[in-house]
Amino acid sequence: MSKQFLLDGQPVPFEDGQSILEAARKAGHYIPSLCWHKDFPAHGSCKLCIVKAAGRHVSACATPAKEGWEVESNTPEMNGERRALLQMLFVEGNHFCPSCEKSGSCELQALGYEYEMLTSRFRHFYPDRPVDASHPDVLLDFNRCIFCELCVRASRDVDGKSVFALTGRGINKHLVVNAESGRLADTDFSKDDLAAHICPVGVILHKGPGFAVPIGERTYDAASIRSQKLKEEES
Amino acid sequence: MHTQAPTPCSALDGILQHHGHRPTELLQILINAQQLEGWLPAPTLTYLARALHLPRARVEGVAGFYSFLYTRPAGRFRVLFSDNITDRMLGNAELMDALCRKLWIEPGKLSEDGLVSIDATSCTGLCDQGPAMLVNGRAIGQLNHRRINEIAELIRQQRPLAQWPSEYFHIDDNIRRRDALLNLDMKPGAALASAIARGRAGWLAEMQASNLRGRGGAGFATAVKWSSARNAPGEPKVIVCNADEGEPGTFKDRVLLNTYADLVFEGMTLAAWAVGASEGFLYLRGEYSHLLPQLEAVLARRRAEGLLGMRILHEPGFDFDIRIHLGAGAYVCGEESALIESLEGKRGTPRIRPPFPVTCGYLGRPTVVNNVETLAKTCLIALQGGEAFAATGTAQSAGTKLLSISGDCAAPGIYEYPFGVSIARVLEDCGASDTQAVQVGGASGICLAGYEFQRRIAYEDVPTAGAFMIFDGTRDLFEVARSFVHFFTHESCGFCTPCRVGTALLKGFMDKLADGHGAQADLADIDWLDRLLKNASHCGLGSAAPNPVIDTLQKFRPAYERRLVSLDFEPAFDLDAALAEARQLTARDDPGAHLHTHEEGTS
Repeated sequence: MSKQFLLDGQPVPFEDGQSILEAARKAGHYIPSLCWHKDFPAHGSCKLCIVKAAGRHVSACATPAKEGWEVESNTPEMNGERRALLQMLFVEGNHFCPSCEKSGSCELQALGYEYEMLTSRFRHFYPDRPVDASHPDVLLDFNRCIFCELCVRASRDVDGKSVFALTGRGINKHLVVNAESGRLADTDFSKDDLAAHICPVGVILHKGPGFAVPIGERTYDAASIRSQKLKEEES
Repeated sequence: MHTQAPTPCSALDGILQHHGHRPTELLQILINAQQLEGWLPAPTLTYLARALHLPRARVEGVAGFYSFLYTRPAGRFRVLFSDNITDRMLGNAELMDALCRKLWIEPGKLSEDGLVSIDATSCTGLCDQGPAMLVNGRAIGQLNHRRINEIAELIRQQRPLAQWPSEYFHIDDNIRRRDALLNLDMKPGAALASAIARGRAGWLAEMQASNLRGRGGAGFATAVKWSSARNAPGEPKVIVCNADEGEPGTFKDRVLLNTYADLVFEGMTLAAWAVGASEGFLYLRGEYSHLLPQLEAVLARRRAEGLLGMRILHEPGFDFDIRIHLGAGAYVCGEESALIESLEGKRGTPRIRPPFPVTCGYLGRPTVVNNVETLAKTCLIALQGGEAFAATGTAQSAGTKLLSISGDCAAPGIYEYPFGVSIARVLEDCGASDTQAVQVGGASGICLAGYEFQRRIAYEDVPTAGAFMIFDGTRDLFEVARSFVHFFTHESCGFCTPCRVGTALLKGFMDKLADGHGAQADLADIDWLDRLLKNASHCGLGSAAPNPVIDTLQKFRPAYERRLVSLDFEPAFDLDAALAEARQLTARDDPGAHLHTHEEGTS
């Protein structure tokens, strides 16, 4: 007999140690996320996976499921909080979707649609974040960074290079690369690194042909992020 | 222009050697390296990274996290004005302005000759003797215009700090009321001898009987923490004393470490005896670095007396020693898992919990993190027994509590009361009159209005880590809340979205109201942000950040409402303010250079 908890009234089976998010996705229920990745330990920074478990707000990615818990996720209250978190991520950076090459395949943008974010609601911060185009194969556009640290983790834990790190604090936190010059070209970064392919938004972009995929055929044109992520789970 | 002279590598090698080339000492190494030139040039970070076999980006990440580390040139004299609300009430803004004018510089900028930089910093823990500042890390209190004039002159003459008048650096304890702890006159080792005589299990049983709860604010049962760490697998176990006393308005740990350091270190050793720990750290906030030499001397004496080191008091197998780890200006490191990250030489980002530090703490080992006052109290329990301790205070709050009292009262300072004392009684004892509100527990605590002054200091009523800031009828509670919001925005580690962006947004709303552009819609947005911060934040900093706003909006709403210009909506953008740069460039500030976006009301 496997253990189970209730997610929005639906029973979800889980194994000991499994997080609420993992168990839910495995059972075909979508809980959104930006910083979570199935190949890495939970990070818990974006907070989009926030759910109410036994009456308390928790990150679904970082909270082990418990037998008999009642978890609220797809409710007006939780989705309202998610929408506000998305609005925060949009106003904190400089996100000009129409001119961004990642448009249509960007998880932040897709979640904006998924959670019916119609306005940015809060005032924009318009931070000054210069682009790093020094590397021959890859462009870094820091304007779009959401601090999920997936590139940091991939480069450190898989590529064994630690090309990326965060510095600064609070709203002034920002991504830096592993070179005294601060230029990506002066690191050992390669376009074949896992870190070069893991950004959920449009910070790490490959040079060469641009906007190769026509509108209508991009990742989230055909199907929502909800169904895409659940499909990934099945494969 | 400030020229960038390369730091002599031999000096850096010496620092690295002193810290055994241990990457866990990275923060300590950076603090020491900065003393060479007053800041950390890029080649220094590269050199240290290479020597420690760390990625340079990680070293840069750590250097950029702590407020007191500079990766850009800073003055040979680095002046930081403490900016707690109590400093503001004592006129710190005017003094900072005066010093800037005398030295011809702007706040936050380096003087052209590289001599001096002046800026503000979070509460430095001298609220009972403010306004206060730090000069190259050294604390100076009781600032006034005369002292500011003298300091300006000393800086202009480039006189080294060692030649400044010693009375500047004199810091008072200001102990006003003593009870069980502050009256305790214990011979070093007496509590330890008594605990050793009881055996490890017997001593833990005394602790259980005492019902001692953590004095850092959360109130977790100390004996439960100790026994969890004792039963957790993994060696060697670690005892950490959390002296990162960053909560605005709190300064009791400074006094305990200044005058009762033996009680604190003995408490750590008592914890080590119960838990079976062999390694100890005192995490001392950077603002208190002036205490470092005397604390090191106490540790050396205790080693010589057989109270630290191998076979403590000749007890076979009782080995324990303590090292002091300095912080560098990061309030979030008071959170125990962030503190442990910092101890490991990393950015002070709170960890995901569980696992909790008692099972998986410093370098993955079972780790007890206790507050300074909590540890000092364990000496009382060892000497008098758990039951005697439990008999004092209230049902759920055994013992006494140290309060750090500041603000509008005749006698600010340290007051020790048995738990259960009423707010009104405390106000009377410290000579407060016409009190409008009291902020108990610091910025993250609770703001009490007059009708609540019969409430009591105790975990079951008004819990507190010890801050007690008093505001009389002349104070504006909106400005109090706004200063705390600024504090949290500055101190957010930036890890999670709600706290990183939410505190900055909240600051924006509070500033908009302060600038006279607030509307009813802003109060609704503030309310919504408050709830999101409370619900969604990763750690206690984010969830406590809206507290001052929530309390004052509920209890002092007119302080907000009188700032609203219209009842519906008003944009945050201020056209006139946007022209400030044009005015500066044209050296004009006459009425014709200003736009009046709304009627001022002419008389």
